[in-house]
Amino acid sequence: MAQQKKGFSHDLIERNTLLLVVLTLITVSIGGLVQIVPLFTIESTIEKVDGVRPYSPLEVAGQSIYIREGCYNCHSQQIRPFRDEVERYGHYSLAAESMYDHPFQWGSKRTGPDLARVGGKYSNDWQVAHLVDPRAVVPESIMPGYAWMKDRPLNYADITDVLKTLRIVGVPYTDEQIANAKADLEAQKNPDGDAALAKRYPKAVAANFTGNKTVTEMDALVAYLQVLGTLVDFTKYQSPKQLQQ
Amino acid sequence: MTSATLTSGATLGSQRVSEDVRYYEDAIRLFVIAATFWGVVGFLAGTFIALQLAFPALNLGFEWTSFGRLRPVHTSAVIFAFGGNVLFATSLYSVQRTCRQFLFGGEGLTKFIFWNYNIFIVLAALSYVLGFTQGKEYAEPEWILDLYLTVIWVLYAIQFVGTVMTRRESHIYVANWFFLAFILTVAILHIGNNVNVPVSITGMKSYPFVSGVQSAMVQWWYGHNAVGFFLTAGFLGIMYYFVPKRAERPVYSYRLSIVHFWTLIFLYIWAGPHHLHYTSLPDWAQTLGMTFSVMLWMPSWGGMINGIMTLSGAWDKLRTDPVLRFLVTSVAFYGMSTFEGPLMSVKPVNALSHYTDWTVGHVHSGALGWVAFISFGALYFLVPVLWKRSQLYSLRLVSYHFWTATVGIVLYITAMWVSGIMQGLMWRAYDNLGFLQYSFVETVAAMHPFYVIRAMGGVLFVAGSLIMVYNLWRTAKGDVRIEKPYASTPHKAAVGAA
Repeated sequence: MAQQKKGFSHDLIERNTLLLVVLTLITVSIGGLVQIVPLFTIESTIEKVDGVRPYSPLEVAGQSIYIREGCYNCHSQQIRPFRDEVERYGHYSLAAESMYDHPFQWGSKRTGPDLARVGGKYSNDWQVAHLVDPRAVVPESIMPGYAWMKDRPLNYADITDVLKTLRIVGVPYTDEQIANAKADLEAQKNPDGDAALAKRYPKAVAANFTGNKTVTEMDALVAYLQVLGTLVDFTKYQSPKQLQQ
Repeated sequence: MTSATLTSGATLGSQRVSEDVRYYEDAIRLFVIAATFWGVVGFLAGTFIALQLAFPALNLGFEWTSFGRLRPVHTSAVIFAFGGNVLFATSLYSVQRTCRQFLFGGEGLTKFIFWNYNIFIVLAALSYVLGFTQGKEYAEPEWILDLYLTVIWVLYAIQFVGTVMTRRESHIYVANWFFLAFILTVAILHIGNNVNVPVSITGMKSYPFVSGVQSAMVQWWYGHNAVGFFLTAGFLGIMYYFVPKRAERPVYSYRLSIVHFWTLIFLYIWAGPHHLHYTSLPDWAQTLGMTFSVMLWMPSWGGMINGIMTLSGAWDKLRTDPVLRFLVTSVAFYGMSTFEGPLMSVKPVNALSHYTDWTVGHVHSGALGWVAFISFGALYFLVPVLWKRSQLYSLRLVSYHFWTATVGIVLYITAMWVSGIMQGLMWRAYDNLGFLQYSFVETVAAMHPFYVIRAMGGVLFVAGSLIMVYNLWRTAKGDVRIEKPYASTPHKAAVGAA
């Protein structure tokens, strides 16, 4: 390095641990800061759309089971803006639609199909039958069966704490929603529906999904699946007629 | 400073700090044993879940044995258990020699790190099987285990950095730059990606502070740099120590290693958004991710060239030393993966490859070809040294391991190329009436033969690793196999042509 005597020499860094540590920390911090910080500050990152609401207590419980079973390993929840994906799965995903997902469930692999808009696509009975034995409904499926989940009572003793925790991390649950967490969870199991639940959580699918008397884990999971991608009413956002032609 | 002094006897170390004191090696031996054990466990778990995809009955109907719960067991076992123990063993072995210094904090600290890290691994694996997970790929452990790992990692950082600070060499050797960057950056990533609020202080469940699009960006900032720093920078540290040692040649270019180091650690951090192309992540972030991923090709190949060209003047050793063959082939696989990666990060290519098995194949060409192969090379290097044996039990068995594993990798990645590209094309295929040609499940059915071939590749890779276990065990025992030695013979064709 004799030719570099005049200016900076890397030799200096190689002799000084602290300098090497500090320069390394600076070097590896820049990219992350540039990419992550603006996502919190630029307002257009998340679109302004109507309809997206926090999950109902039963849906939250269902999402926990979705995460627990590692469904995200094989199913994405993120429709890309390609013709084939939009035709297969529906309108491409908006950032707003996952704004209450802690953490995001976009996935990275489609061993099974995308689930971003699976809500309402199949009946409750189909969902239960498929989860119990996927190959009974779709012979070519390679999904694991979850028969054991159908009758297992859901543990929702801590559902109020769950909603409180979600409020701490930024999900805007109201005091009313938190106070009624347990009642709302049980009400969603009532096939006749519940006016208070429907008011607090519009479009929540209320049904006795598995036919069990108690709320089971599969009830929660199906309630979650049935709300996916249904909250935004895209007919409100169609372009004007003249632009479509 | 020149490359000659960089790799002189003093820097690459002798066995002793001074005349009568040996380096700490007991704890390093523990890491070597654990790495070998977890390697086999991780490869077996991978092969099993590969078979589950081909034959779903293997999910067995129990909650603990479904693919969704076992896949994190596989990824954690190979990355953090196998890879982690290899990194502990190699970094703590080589830092003593390149600094001519004992491990800072003493060998008791190293053993403390060893036991706690491996207990962490066992607890993490158990927690996934029992259904406790954060649901973030490669960052599944729940908050309490994250805290535990943080403590272990800080101790490791103190031991490593402390050793470098108290070194008796004037310069910090290049391998230690990479180990240092790996340790520091993994700490930042681990903490940054795991800022969670537990539902209850007595329960496992927690929710991360960030959600949706920000959560996706933070996760893949973490996820891609787990690849970049855990599986790349750390293992490049192994390359910069073990390749020159085994080849008995200095590192090819000192200048290239400086450029390699700084550009690699600067550029890698930016590449995360290429996991989120065409998603709800804003376009500006996607474009940055793609641009830096393509640029990353350059330092990656700079490092590959530096590793492979270190064999200048010693190419003949590839014929006679299968251990060196593992090391050098790993660098070649590194070159291949780091070309494929930038290619797949280009948005139109990613439109086809994303969500398919092509990604899985790409990961495994890096994980099996680069990470596992360089680990095997390092383990074959370390066991005779650490157990004070003059040589390995058998070089022929190393060669059998090499070829078994190589055929396994080729089966794996070619099967995944075909199935991935095929599935991507089937998803977007239209018939001549303008309708989607295939239902989703038809594309699943089409994957079956490739899933079987991939699992066969996995079986071969496991078989190879079992050959290694046997070989290392007999080496540690002090046995030497009676076999035809590798002789340095002149190349007949070349002689004839001359």
